[in-house]
Amino acid sequence: MGRFLLRRAINYVVLVFLAATLTYFIAASALEPIVNYLQKHPQPPIHTIHNLLQAQNLDPDTPVAVRYWRWLTHVLHGDFGRTYTGDSVSSEMGRRIFVSTELLFLATLLSAVSGVAFGAWNALRQYRPSDQASTVISYGILATPIVVIAVTLQTVDNWFGSPIEYIGMYDPNAHGAVAIVLSNMQHLILPTLTLWLLQVTLFSRFQRSTMLDVLGADFLRTARAKGLTVRQAVIKHGLRTAVIPVMPLLVYNIILLFTGATFTETVFAWHGMGEWLISSIQNNDVNATAAIGVFTAGLVLVAGLISDMVYAALDPRVRA
Amino acid sequence: MVDLTVEDPVGAPAPAATRRNRGRGVLLRRRFVRNRLAVVGVGILVVLLAAAYVMPHFLPWSYTQNDWNALGTPPDSRHWFGTSQPGIDMLALIMRGLQKSLVIGLVGGPLTTFIAAMVGASAGYFGGWTDRVLMWVVELMLVVPSFLVLAIIAPKLAGGTWLVFVVLLAAFGWMITARVVRSMTQTLREREYVLAAKYMGVNPMVIIFRHILPNVASILIVDATIQVGAVVLAESGLSYFGFGIQPPDISLGTLVATGEPAATTSPWMFFFPAGFLVLMGLATAFIGDGLRDAFDPSAAGARARTRGSAARPEPGPAELAGSTVTVAEGTAP
Repeated sequence: MGRFLLRRAINYVVLVFLAATLTYFIAASALEPIVNYLQKHPQPPIHTIHNLLQAQNLDPDTPVAVRYWRWLTHVLHGDFGRTYTGDSVSSEMGRRIFVSTELLFLATLLSAVSGVAFGAWNALRQYRPSDQASTVISYGILATPIVVIAVTLQTVDNWFGSPIEYIGMYDPNAHGAVAIVLSNMQHLILPTLTLWLLQVTLFSRFQRSTMLDVLGADFLRTARAKGLTVRQAVIKHGLRTAVIPVMPLLVYNIILLFTGATFTETVFAWHGMGEWLISSIQNNDVNATAAIGVFTAGLVLVAGLISDMVYAALDPRVRA
Repeated sequence: MVDLTVEDPVGAPAPAATRRNRGRGVLLRRRFVRNRLAVVGVGILVVLLAAAYVMPHFLPWSYTQNDWNALGTPPDSRHWFGTSQPGIDMLALIMRGLQKSLVIGLVGGPLTTFIAAMVGASAGYFGGWTDRVLMWVVELMLVVPSFLVLAIIAPKLAGGTWLVFVVLLAAFGWMITARVVRSMTQTLREREYVLAAKYMGVNPMVIIFRHILPNVASILIVDATIQVGAVVLAESGLSYFGFGIQPPDISLGTLVATGEPAATTSPWMFFFPAGFLVLMGLATAFIGDGLRDAFDPSAAGARARTRGSAARPEPGPAELAGSTVTVAEGTAP
């Protein structure tokens, strides 16, 4: 198993390196940070602009390959450069990762547990009204863009006179630690609900279909024959087998949410990684965009390794 | 039973094959129609297509016309869906956006599947280095942050035409299906009729098009349907941030984006286009599901089937009935 994981890890590292390189080249050649300076009033002299860009390794006159090499050597020393406002990319990223983690922790935990449980429950009740209703509802949710889900929740909240506040991380007028924490928790409700709705639908659909595959299997009949009740057999033997194929989906979705919660973060004005992805492109911020590229590719690597490990831990056939 | 539904031997004698294909077509249609949701999906899609392309000719307002007496008014008898901020009839706007979204989905979905089919079948059929290189490209494409790259490239390239944008969307959506097609091709490669064609000296690409792809047609058709919804969702997502369809063109995604800031005060500007977007997604999902059931009634999902038949479930009573029909009608010459 160690060699299996090691080989996978080396493969992933190479892939991440190439993906990050590709992202840098695309970002560096397609984004135009010079626009940020040309738009200033009064416009700085053109050679000053080039000097400023040169200092940040953004000068369009320098060949992309040279800029890439400079960027790469800095990144390997742990320096991602500066954002277009002049802050350090690394510290900005640290802050935003914290924001995203806070937003995602509860949502992913809830959706993973409830998705698996709900999917298994629906599989046990296949073709009953509850199963058919949840099938149609999940089609509806999966066909709906997240933006629409988020705005719908906001609108419903407004109908009832906005009992739940939702813009930003917490109310800026709140004073004192307790008030801020309470306000923060209140602001978590709607974005968490948005993320949960989508994730739980995805997980439960998949869990339902793997569970259906397992329910008719011979080993469940054997388990029943040796005297287990339906419930014991399904939970001890059925669910454990059926959850294995769902694990990669679960792990990938949860890990990639770090940059994938773009819509939720934007609509609810949480300044996390997902929102940064959009704003850095809109601001022609090459260094930030490239850093996000590295981060996202790195997440795929982590997700891949974790899902391999979970798979190996759950499925004895992989260990051999 | 899986073999019978998925792998319809193409190398069978010609007259038998045509009779059998007709029988299969009838069978598929009958199974499809039995799925009520699938029929509803077809109904929705037909209505949407008709509405998008026929209705604008009968509307009193066009999507380029401003009604200066009704700026941002709620739905009434003059403007059924209300008007936008500059006084454009929302119904006309939505129909225009629906046209573009439908075209994007209906071109982009099959295109995605086509790329997946070509890559997957080539990798599976040729094996060896071709396989290794292509699968490695698939892995790389999965690691590259596609949303980020699309968001950077799309506005630069889509300046000319939306068609470039559709190709871009397809270029980032084919990877998973390609893997599925590859694993199915690997089992088909050793079949007698494929080997026969190969040793007769048939061009490999001809073999792929004539013998491999028709045998994975079921999964390709289902996938193309599902990809329609996926492409439309991706388009609306990118358009929401202004990275997708660019101004003179209108899609449901751009309408949702312009309506979003006013969603709570003027809900008709946001929820009508959003509703049509959801309807489109629902229709394609229903149709895809119906097609899958029609092609392989015993499969709980396309993924379950590709996991290999070793772990196949014992079908429940309902599915068993469906598959005996398959066996009975499928084996009849």
